[in-house]
Amino acid sequence: MRGFLLNRLSQSLVLLLIVSVIGFVVLNLIPGGPLAQFGLDPSMTQDDLNRLKEQLGLNRPLWLQYLDWAWRLVQGDWGHSFRDGTPVLDVIGRHLVATLLLMGSSTVIAIAIGTWIGIRGATHRYSVFDYLATVGAMVALSIPTFWFGLVGIYVFSLRLGWLPAGNMYTIGDGSVLNHIHHLILPSIVLALVHVAIWSRYMRTATLDVISQDFVKTARAKGLSERRILMKHVVGNALLPMITLAGMQLPSVLTGALVTETVFTWPGMGRLFLDSLGYSDYPVVMGLLMFSAILVVLCNLIADIVVAIIDPRIRLS
Amino acid sequence: MTEDKTTKSTYSRRDALRLMAAGGIACFAAPNLLGKPAFADTANPTGRVVVGLSQEPTVFHPLMAHIEVDDAVHFSVFDALFRMDPKGVLQPNLAAEVPTQKNGGISEDGLNWRIRLRDDVRWHDGEPFTAEDVKFTLELITNPNFRAWRTGGHSLVRDITVVSPTEITWRMEKAFAPYLSFLAETFMVPKHILEKEADPNASAFNQAPVGTGAFKWAQRVAGDHLELVANPQYFGDGPYIERLVFKYIPDMTVLYTQFKSGDIDLTDQAYITADHYEEARALPERVVTLEPGASLESIYLNLEKPQFKDPAVRKALYAAIDRKAIIDAIYYGVGTLTETFMPRESYYYNPNLPAQEFNLDQARKILDEAGWVPGPDGIRQKDGVRLSFANATTSGNNLREQVQQFLQQTFAEIGVEMTISNLPAAVMWGEFWLKSQFDSAIAGVTYLIAADPDATNRLATSAIAAKGGKGSNTGQYSNPEVDALLEKGAQTFDPEARREIYNRVQEIVREDLPFLPLFAPTNVVGRKEGLDGFAPNANTRTASWQAATWRWQS
Repeated sequence: MRGFLLNRLSQSLVLLLIVSVIGFVVLNLIPGGPLAQFGLDPSMTQDDLNRLKEQLGLNRPLWLQYLDWAWRLVQGDWGHSFRDGTPVLDVIGRHLVATLLLMGSSTVIAIAIGTWIGIRGATHRYSVFDYLATVGAMVALSIPTFWFGLVGIYVFSLRLGWLPAGNMYTIGDGSVLNHIHHLILPSIVLALVHVAIWSRYMRTATLDVISQDFVKTARAKGLSERRILMKHVVGNALLPMITLAGMQLPSVLTGALVTETVFTWPGMGRLFLDSLGYSDYPVVMGLLMFSAILVVLCNLIADIVVAIIDPRIRLS
Repeated sequence: MTEDKTTKSTYSRRDALRLMAAGGIACFAAPNLLGKPAFADTANPTGRVVVGLSQEPTVFHPLMAHIEVDDAVHFSVFDALFRMDPKGVLQPNLAAEVPTQKNGGISEDGLNWRIRLRDDVRWHDGEPFTAEDVKFTLELITNPNFRAWRTGGHSLVRDITVVSPTEITWRMEKAFAPYLSFLAETFMVPKHILEKEADPNASAFNQAPVGTGAFKWAQRVAGDHLELVANPQYFGDGPYIERLVFKYIPDMTVLYTQFKSGDIDLTDQAYITADHYEEARALPERVVTLEPGASLESIYLNLEKPQFKDPAVRKALYAAIDRKAIIDAIYYGVGTLTETFMPRESYYYNPNLPAQEFNLDQARKILDEAGWVPGPDGIRQKDGVRLSFANATTSGNNLREQVQQFLQQTFAEIGVEMTISNLPAAVMWGEFWLKSQFDSAIAGVTYLIAADPDATNRLATSAIAAKGGKGSNTGQYSNPEVDALLEKGAQTFDPEARREIYNRVQEIVREDLPFLPLFAPTNVVGRKEGLDGFAPNANTRTASWQAATWRWQS
């Protein structure tokens, strides 16, 4: 176990290093840069721009900027936003709650419905339900989320007037009910794709288990179908789902770029877009490293959890 | 599973946040209730105004480098020594009077300044505002470690002396009249709070500013909105509304949709898009008006290119532009014809300039007389120079692209070839624009800094960056008479005398045509019916420059 952990951790560090170098270089290759936002402002003279460049440390060679940034990061200093001077972790923290709320609820919806559809599809293979679920999943997977978002707003907000067209809550009304009302449309739109993915995986996993010998044995023992499904099938079929969850969990914290913009949701996805737009290097790099670390961590945790639950897998 | 846990903790976190917010509101409400009887002459602020912005205000320290959208917050939370009114005239704000040479505030040579301050101003935390704060503010701007916004003008200030809590004097390195206007955009910050900060760029103040303005900081939900609350002790008129909310809506169409649905009460930057103007005007219970902006949309000619050196060419091209058709057919009728770079709302606007006339025959005649004759390919030429040039602007700006295609056709009719080569914004407005590497370009440009008529930065020979100058004279315009007038204008303090100088500058520029004005863009500003006291001001960069006077009809 210890050997496994050390091995995985060292791999992860190399991965993070590569991600950070590529991210840093690509970010700096984008034309414009952090001072472009002042380019058409007549009040900023060339002297002012040069002064800001120096103060932000942007006139140093790129490798030096990178080393400086990386060294601070290793020491736990994520830097300060170019735009307003606040620490990067504060900036991220301020957007995390909104994203957690949206992605958390959509993930819960996706897992609950996806798992149910998957199991039912497997136990009633080639039934009408199964066909409908398969076609539905294909449709959900092939149509972009923003389209669902716009259609949802058009139908449920503008036409029917049932749900708000966006925002996290009505300004001046911070009640839980108001939050939930605003949450319905974006979380369902976001969940659509994930329901599709989860149901497909769950269906396959369940089918795998159903044809196993121990299920036949259970049946031979005369157990009820319900008991077989609950006790023997689902538990085992959920195992591969843990790995899938490990892969999907990071997105719960890093947000959804498009959906957050369509629904004016103040989350991490929009923070990333805005920061890119202003070339706010420290925040963009912070978000990049934040999600990279999450991906690495969640996958590691998923592997460990699977190993603990399933005694057949040995981490060595 | 893990996800269940996450969601549960999310809800409890949300609840905690709500409690904190409720506590915060209670904190602000309490002093309001207590403060009322003592300030019986202040109106009882009621109601809330939600202002929609298409970019997010993030810089709340008003002296740090910021963009237009941050001004909305600065003007509401802070005060400057003066304020530029909608007619372009300076009015005292924190200062008791606007210093002039007549009232002795500025010495005859323009070098010694004395400002008298109001004695009844308090910071939001109750501390009195004094001359020490002014001194601290001016010194902070030129602090080499501070990421200041504009330092022009401020860098000339020497020997700041606090004479008394309500009087401050300084000396200028050279006479510089625009500094008065610059001070109208220099918001005063509290010394007693900021002097304790070790790093002026990363203070707690940046996220919880304390000013003297009509509204106090309440709270901010990053990425979504920020909320200000009425300052009942405000020394000026107002405030009449209790809460002022700036809501960030990143998409222009959504901004309009939320105005339509009533989620926002007023559209500030970047306002309603022109294509929604007709529809917006017909909305019930909404007031939608066209308000002038300060910029000028024009065709920039790179005067160092041989095609444009001959004034006859510039005149002919100008006569060949059907500006009315461009505004009506492409810009949905939103835009005002103008002949000058000076905004119509400026005190220095020259109304007597000759009006352009669209006349293709006239254009041909001018070119014929100047010796530009059609070559074998139909394109005019003279002394081996073909009258052919490229035109550039931001790619993806579809309205400008339509203008280009329109011009391409009309120019072809007078034997002039214009090709279109557009570039992405970051490339277009970089070296390509700043170092004058274009033939011609379509750009919307503001000529004035802080609404001062001094256009040295755009029109003076010394401002041609491509020739090593300091400034944004990207068309490389050079006229010794204009140079001399600009030099004189920057050292003249009397508004009447300055008006004469800048009227003459506008006449010469109209005659020289270093750029061909298309129109002055107007903003489509929408607000709910019943929101009174709203006045637009083209001499500031925000529609929320004076939220203190806003009120809801009862």
